[in-house]
Amino acid sequence: MDKSVSPQNSLVSVKHLTFTRGDTKIFDDISMEFERGKITAIMGPSGTGKTTLLKLIGGQLFPNQGIINIDNKNVHQLRRADLYSLRKRMGMLFQSGALLTDMNVYDNVAFPLREHTHLPESMIRTLVLMKLQAVGLRGARNLMPNELSGGMARRVALARAIALDPMMIMYDEPFTGQDPISKGALVHLIKSLNNTLGLTSIMVSHDVQETTAIADYIYVISGGKIVGQGTPQEIKQSTSEWVQQFMTGTADGPVHFHYPAKDYVDDLLSSGKRY
Amino acid sequence: MMIKFLQLLGKSTRASFTKLGRASFFLIQIVSGIASVLPRPRLLLKQMYSVGVLSFLIITISGLFVGMVLGLQGYYTLSDFGAEETLGVMVAASLVRELGPVVSALLFAGRAGSALTAEIGLMKATEQLSGMEMMAVDPIKRIISPRFLAGLLSMPLLAALFSAVGIIGGQLVGSGLLGVDEGAYWSQMQANIDFQDDIINGVLKSLVFGFVTSWIALFEGYDSIPTSEGVSRATTRTVVNSAFSILGLDFILTALMFGDD
Repeated sequence: MDKSVSPQNSLVSVKHLTFTRGDTKIFDDISMEFERGKITAIMGPSGTGKTTLLKLIGGQLFPNQGIINIDNKNVHQLRRADLYSLRKRMGMLFQSGALLTDMNVYDNVAFPLREHTHLPESMIRTLVLMKLQAVGLRGARNLMPNELSGGMARRVALARAIALDPMMIMYDEPFTGQDPISKGALVHLIKSLNNTLGLTSIMVSHDVQETTAIADYIYVISGGKIVGQGTPQEIKQSTSEWVQQFMTGTADGPVHFHYPAKDYVDDLLSSGKRY
Repeated sequence: MMIKFLQLLGKSTRASFTKLGRASFFLIQIVSGIASVLPRPRLLLKQMYSVGVLSFLIITISGLFVGMVLGLQGYYTLSDFGAEETLGVMVAASLVRELGPVVSALLFAGRAGSALTAEIGLMKATEQLSGMEMMAVDPIKRIISPRFLAGLLSMPLLAALFSAVGIIGGQLVGSGLLGVDEGAYWSQMQANIDFQDDIINGVLKSLVFGFVTSWIALFEGYDSIPTSEGVSRATTRTVVNSAFSILGLDFILTALMFGDD
């Protein structure tokens, strides 16, 4: 279907996916491939359903049409137990971190290990400290989630996501609301984890600079369709108006600045009836 | 106008029934999740601490005052008929049969139920539940079922505490202040309160109230709209719906249990 992604080597493949919420079509017949061992980014304006896509891949939402295969298994046809055992091999980094607020950093990272393995506490300790060391927060193990900054919370969540040594990680807007130093730290972490652990990464983001720096392949979605795809270089040179508007951050273009409304003058002159 | 009204009526009726359906389905999930709580008593103990032990103070103090008021009011009425010796029976029967289960359940809904709803609602809003699902941990089994079981088990204990403290409160006022004979207070109570009819029925009532209150509180939290307004509304609904259910069910249970007396 495209030049650089061969479906044979993809870990996750999305085929003819359609998803609607109410009357709105969030996705309209989109297909994507996520190659093993690579970082694939999904970019697009806010509200295009990027997070929804991750939830569809994770099996938390059901598509109206189309299929999503992970490791050659159709996620939405798995039995519950099989879905759960598949999820043990998937990590997900939520935008908020989604740390459990009644546990400290150490217990949060230990949580999946304690839930899913019968390892002795001494081994759990070793594993937790290794994961925390990888994200540079071994010294913060006794802090509670409310004592962490946004960037630290995301790094703890990342340590938790890799606790069970998953085959893939999904990142939901990892850079949003981060200061430049935290952003840099996260960019570095995502790249180095992907390479050292041989992970497959799916990253949803609208931060152009950070994403193009580390992604191997990028899909740009807007209005439920894929409007552009390719390597970061190809995306930058894309002639598509949509892609250009997004990459350069122009206020108006194919994606309109205004939310759909009736004619401005008519609206001002009409009676005071509220809509 | 009429059509619009009918449409609205139909819409809200349908919404209520859908919600009831979701709640019933949720209950089935909770109950089937209980099996996985039993091998992990620590999860249960932690929740029993936060819904049960932390409600200890409010239950004790309220029980004491309700008992004292009963002692006072009972004395005034009974002494008109020269029957103040039966004060113990009156205080104990009202507490064990009615006030103990009902008032402690209302307090429980206000103190622990609202806290449960807010906690679950906020866990939903901060994606903690969703995050757990993605870590292949079922939030129903890990979070909801232990809380449900804790509520169910704590309620009869709290009601018993309420009644016991209330009886002591009645005695303090009755024989301490108003001069009812202490021996008569206790012996009349012992002779006239039946274990099966009064105490077991009271315990059954509080089990039912614990079940319903925990179910409502957890469902409202789980079903809440994950925003600050949504969680605040859900918390209000927990307290209001629990109060209605407790009082309504109390009438039905009383009619069933004490009807033949």
